[in-house]
Amino acid sequence: MSVLVNKDSKIIVQGFTGKEGSFHAGQMIEYGTNIVGGVTPGKGGQTHLEKPVFNTVKEAVDKVGADTSIIFVPPKFAGDAVMEAAEAGIKVIICITEGIPVQDMVKVKAYLNDKDCRLVGPNCPGVMTPGEAKVGIMPGFIHNPGRIGIVSRSGTLTYEAVDQVTKAGMGQSTCIGIGGDPIVGTTTKDAVQLLMEDPETDGIIMIGEIGGSMEADAARWIKEHATKPVVGFIAGQTAPKGRTMGHAGAIIGGDEDTAEAKMKIMADCGIHVVKSPAHIGKTMAEVLNK
Amino acid sequence: MNLHEYQGKALLKSYGVAIQEGILAHTVEEALAAFDKLQADTGTEMAVVKAQIHAGGRGKGGGVKLSKTRAEVEENARNILGMMLKTPQTPGGVDGPGKLVRKIIVAEDVYAPDFDACKEYYVSVLMDRETKRNVIVYSTEGGMDIETVAEETPELVHKEYIDPTLGLQGFQTRKIAFNLGLSGVAFKGMTKFIASLYKAFVGSDASMFEINPCLKTGDDRILAVDCKVALDDNALFRHPDLAALRDTDEEDPTEVEAKAFELNYVNLDGNVGCMVNGAGLAMATMDIIKLSGGEPANFLDVGGTANAERVEKAFRIILKDKKVKAILINIFGGIVRCDRVAQGVVDAYKNLGNINVPIIVRLQGTNADIAKKIIDESGLEVHSATLLQEAADLVTKVLAKA
Repeated sequence: MSVLVNKDSKIIVQGFTGKEGSFHAGQMIEYGTNIVGGVTPGKGGQTHLEKPVFNTVKEAVDKVGADTSIIFVPPKFAGDAVMEAAEAGIKVIICITEGIPVQDMVKVKAYLNDKDCRLVGPNCPGVMTPGEAKVGIMPGFIHNPGRIGIVSRSGTLTYEAVDQVTKAGMGQSTCIGIGGDPIVGTTTKDAVQLLMEDPETDGIIMIGEIGGSMEADAARWIKEHATKPVVGFIAGQTAPKGRTMGHAGAIIGGDEDTAEAKMKIMADCGIHVVKSPAHIGKTMAEVLNK
Repeated sequence: MNLHEYQGKALLKSYGVAIQEGILAHTVEEALAAFDKLQADTGTEMAVVKAQIHAGGRGKGGGVKLSKTRAEVEENARNILGMMLKTPQTPGGVDGPGKLVRKIIVAEDVYAPDFDACKEYYVSVLMDRETKRNVIVYSTEGGMDIETVAEETPELVHKEYIDPTLGLQGFQTRKIAFNLGLSGVAFKGMTKFIASLYKAFVGSDASMFEINPCLKTGDDRILAVDCKVALDDNALFRHPDLAALRDTDEEDPTEVEAKAFELNYVNLDGNVGCMVNGAGLAMATMDIIKLSGGEPANFLDVGGTANAERVEKAFRIILKDKKVKAILINIFGGIVRCDRVAQGVVDAYKNLGNINVPIIVRLQGTNADIAKKIIDESGLEVHSATLLQEAADLVTKVLAKA
């Protein structure tokens, strides 16, 4: 078991024939991920990387039974691509695209409300179940199949955590990059909950950063529902206070969005908080061996 | 991206939002001409001279002055143009160097003739991360710092959430006007003001509008006296006209230069420079610099393609800061191959000639071992590390010698 993606996932690539889509689809296939095809409007009927290309996501669902999609469509059209996937019946939509306008995501989020699907991202490195499916842009070789689940808002910092876990002699069940945008489909809490309920995950690493209240929300959920240890890190302890002109954001954001405040809430909720990003893997190993 | 008050007002006006009229001026002569034109156009007797910089609290810092006569306009324009305006929001705050005022607006006095009949309100529009909807925040307590109002009298701060698919509804604009205690002409004016304001917010892909104060005049008109407008950088491709309003004079010159190289750079006060790929890892690297006894001198995300050219540009930018005593390069190579980055560092180092600060290079990921070899055999004064903790220890060691 694992969460979100595994060896049986039938994955399509939206933006399949573009530069980014092609490159990463190739990397995913090489890793052994079950890519069943791709979508590029207007190029349906062609074959790319030895896989069929479809004009619409619906066609891919009907013809090859796609249930998971990874999106590399440019920011201008990415919101539309997410909605197309949801409408076609895709269950797990992973949007890698960075730079989608916020007002587009406000609409997308509302559109997804009554759809039976989960969006991960946008602006994320993707989801990785080592040894089974790499659905993202992360380097495959640093991962090792195992029992630690990782949730993170950032790309390279996730790789850092993965690498530390692997070097500490452990491995990962599933690594979920939830993305760094103001609006993301899967929150820190959602991702932690998935891993908490996964019988093949023994410990969870939760990596956050300054801004928003996602880590505080997750921490409060963990306090009530934790059945396994959680190690946490917040990046941006030394980041300067946002140079916004107005105060409106501060009222809405509340006072929980500094690294210090988040770390305190997390510690109060029973999370093993590390101050140094170099101690993430080591601490997880120590906590599990207790 | 932030707009100046005069740019924000022009944007609002184009959507039918009533504003306090004003004319932009760069010199005292232009200010006087603006005053004459304003008198002719609006019949205003007095005028307000307002500094145009990207920071709030301009009034408290002496950047906004009521001018009762033409002579006072001249005097105030002379004093404000070219001043270093210090507000809590300028770099370093009120004790910092302040920001140079390069332009002003000469605006009509909307409080005349009956100052006591005027009433100030607070209105802002922004996206609420919690509900993932746009929200209008408003209060009867205008003209004050809204954070203070929210803290001391939270019951006076109201929020109206907008359905993303349906948009702002008529009953919502009426609710806002009623909650602000308005009636008659002013009530109607406020509903129209809110509707136009929201249309402008969505139409311009803004991330924040803050109208403080929003004024009810003596003759019951509703208008924006000040406005702060922040636009969503990711949506500027839809608005080339708004993108052209960027004022690089208001930004840190080094940050502007970095942006031209597609490097994401923020200048800070510390003594250890850093160069990292990825924003999250960059923040984590700053944190580890602090834990190692240093202070981060910058945030610098070189992005996904850390090749020799970019590394060299990043070096040049970091080295402009004379406070930098050491540089930590932290690259986690995924798609980027570490050996290429290492070669980039070596080439850049040679091209730049005399780098007089110690450099610590931590490369991890694809081809990290080859990369370490390239660095170690380069003969340069560069310390190499593979684990993050090793890099942290090297920072401590290097700073002890500095």
